[in-house]
Amino acid sequence: MFALARKLHQAGVLGLNERNANFISRLNPRQLYPLVDDKVLTKEIAIAAGMPVPELYGVIDSQHEAETFAELVAEHEKFVIKPAQGSGGDGILVITGRSQRRRDSFWLSSGLMITESEIAHHISNIVSGQYSLSGNPDKALIEYCVQFDPVFAAVSYQGVPDVRVIVYRGYPAMAMVRLPTRASDGKANLHQGAVGAGVDISLGETLSGVLSNGLVEDHPETGALIAGLRIPHWDFILQSSARGYEVTGLGYLGVDMVIDSQLGPLMLEMNARPGLNIQIANRAGLRPRLARIDQIYDASAGPEERARIARREFPANKQTSIEF
Amino acid sequence: MKRQYTFVLAATLVVVGLSVFAFRWLVLGFPVQRDQETPVWTVESAISFDSGPGSIKVNLHIPTLTPGFRTLNENPVSRGYGFSLNYGTGGREAQWAIRRADGPQTIYYRISVFADATSKQSDTTPPFPPLPTINEPFRTAVEVIVAEVKEHSADTASFTSELLRRMNDPSPDPNVELLRSEAKTNADFVQTVTTILAYARFPARAVHGLRLEGRQSDAQILTWLEVHDGNDWRYFNPATGAENLPANFLVWWRGNEPLVYVEGGSNVKVSFAVQDYNLDTVAIASSQAEQRGVSLSDFSLYSLPIQTQAVYSVLLMIPVGALVMVFLRNFIGIETFGTFMPVLIALAFRETKLFWGVVLFCLLIALGLSIRFLLERLRLLLVPRLSAVLIVVVMLMLLISLLSNRLGTETGLSVALFPMVIVAMTIERMSVLWEERGAMDAIRAGLGSLLVAVAAYICMGLSWLEHLIFTFPELLLVALALVVMAGRYTGYRLLELRRFRALADS
Repeated sequence: MFALARKLHQAGVLGLNERNANFISRLNPRQLYPLVDDKVLTKEIAIAAGMPVPELYGVIDSQHEAETFAELVAEHEKFVIKPAQGSGGDGILVITGRSQRRRDSFWLSSGLMITESEIAHHISNIVSGQYSLSGNPDKALIEYCVQFDPVFAAVSYQGVPDVRVIVYRGYPAMAMVRLPTRASDGKANLHQGAVGAGVDISLGETLSGVLSNGLVEDHPETGALIAGLRIPHWDFILQSSARGYEVTGLGYLGVDMVIDSQLGPLMLEMNARPGLNIQIANRAGLRPRLARIDQIYDASAGPEERARIARREFPANKQTSIEF
Repeated sequence: MKRQYTFVLAATLVVVGLSVFAFRWLVLGFPVQRDQETPVWTVESAISFDSGPGSIKVNLHIPTLTPGFRTLNENPVSRGYGFSLNYGTGGREAQWAIRRADGPQTIYYRISVFADATSKQSDTTPPFPPLPTINEPFRTAVEVIVAEVKEHSADTASFTSELLRRMNDPSPDPNVELLRSEAKTNADFVQTVTTILAYARFPARAVHGLRLEGRQSDAQILTWLEVHDGNDWRYFNPATGAENLPANFLVWWRGNEPLVYVEGGSNVKVSFAVQDYNLDTVAIASSQAEQRGVSLSDFSLYSLPIQTQAVYSVLLMIPVGALVMVFLRNFIGIETFGTFMPVLIALAFRETKLFWGVVLFCLLIALGLSIRFLLERLRLLLVPRLSAVLIVVVMLMLLISLLSNRLGTETGLSVALFPMVIVAMTIERMSVLWEERGAMDAIRAGLGSLLVAVAAYICMGLSWLEHLIFTFPELLLVALALVVMAGRYTGYRLLELRRFRALADS
């Protein structure tokens, strides 16, 4: 047991206790949390800073408005409803189209049908705080439904694959692509069953993936090879993520980006407590990279400069790469 | 820096907590184990006499310095007498006085003592005794004996032993016989010996006391010999010369003065009655702390009303539950609902006991969950839905209680002691988790909570621990220090080792 702990320590694997005590509590001041915990707020500050985000159709923050959501989306066929303070992808509804036969019904990304009143109930659940971290009353966001770039089409089962970048003191430190599966119900969350694939930061290419802590070469549903996919707009993704530091002020930050086929990379949300599974996806520990960033940290460097340095510093072959 | 501060803070807490604990345990004698009892003796001396025509004064020697014993309490019992306490050469003297009294009188003095081996209570070094004036022919006899004994001894102790041996010799030489003929009682004999010792310039005196053994209605005063060797008072058996003090010997007074002296009365009799019983050690410690004026006795929870004590004996175990919680979450990595919900569930188990607690809890959660899923179809808003679950939980509890009553088991009745808000919240959280993350995650977190609750219940139910913390609440500072230190633990959690296992194979 202790031998295993020592090995993990040598491999530079960051544990929850260490993440919380040495990084989050030190670099993420509590008063900044609302900036990332409330997605409406995140969107506002991101737009102000010039980060591209999915267009917001409307915000519903009271029960009696829940019924009126249909007016907000009257002109849109596709949209996403999510709680402003949700966590882990909980409570997100992806509507991919309207039923041709019945105008009051919508298609879910899973292919199931949902009625207008069911959506309204879901919104009212969101507003009453069912999905918020604290259980406090919440707001429901209705926003643009991202048309994801075909690069990941072969390795995704419904839903929207996204790119998660860990940004440490403004420098992208580690990245992964999260690919929805049938088990994850179209959500890009690893603990819900999505596949995570590490990303070579230097090249912007996927490494092989992990599914619930085990290694996978192929996507469980589509069967396509996960590794070796070149992520488009990689420079832009790294720069946008790095910009998240200026936008939020959080020193240990997870930035989730999606790649829209027309609009390019869009920032979906940011996380003040990003998970540690990214280490498994990359088969590398975070600690040596964080230590390296501490060495080369330059307060005057801009986001573009920091993204460039990250590409230089963290190629996959220089990682503490581990053969499975 | 922060790490050092944490360490200093934790160390300070531990030192303060343990010092107070050590003081109260070792010095004040609070027991570390439950139901410790200390034998206590109550000695009652009754002085009876016939009153004379005039005013009456009664002087009684009472215990002052009692090696091997400590005083729990003492009280003079007399009707109509004025009472005062004086210090004489033989120790403390109680004095009762009355202007006039009719007929036979009885005055009581009662003292309760308990054995305490640490009680030395030796008094100050005495001056060398003045050379006693002894009339002939005794003077010559004393001179001869002292000279002979000096020949055969090396120091105070051996002199005393040798002297006593000679004085007790069954075939005594004429000098000893002469001196012994003067001593009619044992006390007189000891007085003679102290005189000889004084002639040899050894400070010595008689010690009078009682052997405390069980219940005695008429305990007899024993007289022992006390000799100072320059450092300590040493005790000798006047009948054998052996250096010892009888077991359970309560020193009552010292010197050659009589035990009691009654002025204005006649036909004086003193009798001693001894009664023994066991007293809760906590009570003794509290009274000791009180006598010493130690403010820490106010700190004792035993001074609270009994009902409040019962509440605190439960409340004080919550930090123990929290410690278990910290350990299982931060060191093992078990997932639970909420932070302290398992501890509260564990508190509920106290009433139902473990097995039935777990069974009833699972039953309630399972039933509640199924009803929660039924409610889900109605699409209620959050707060009304939570309230609905709460009402259903109350009704389920009622149902279980009624059913088990019908079946004749009492366990079901105690289900009502489950905090229903906690049950309702658990149901709600579990059902949300169930819908969002699937049954596996929900059941895992539910089992995790139950596991932590059971562990917390077991630790919170350790009766020795409960007693220890209730008697020494300062130990909570140590618990606080442990939690503070745990807050700086940055190593892996046990379950993380499994999670990241693949990363170790490099």
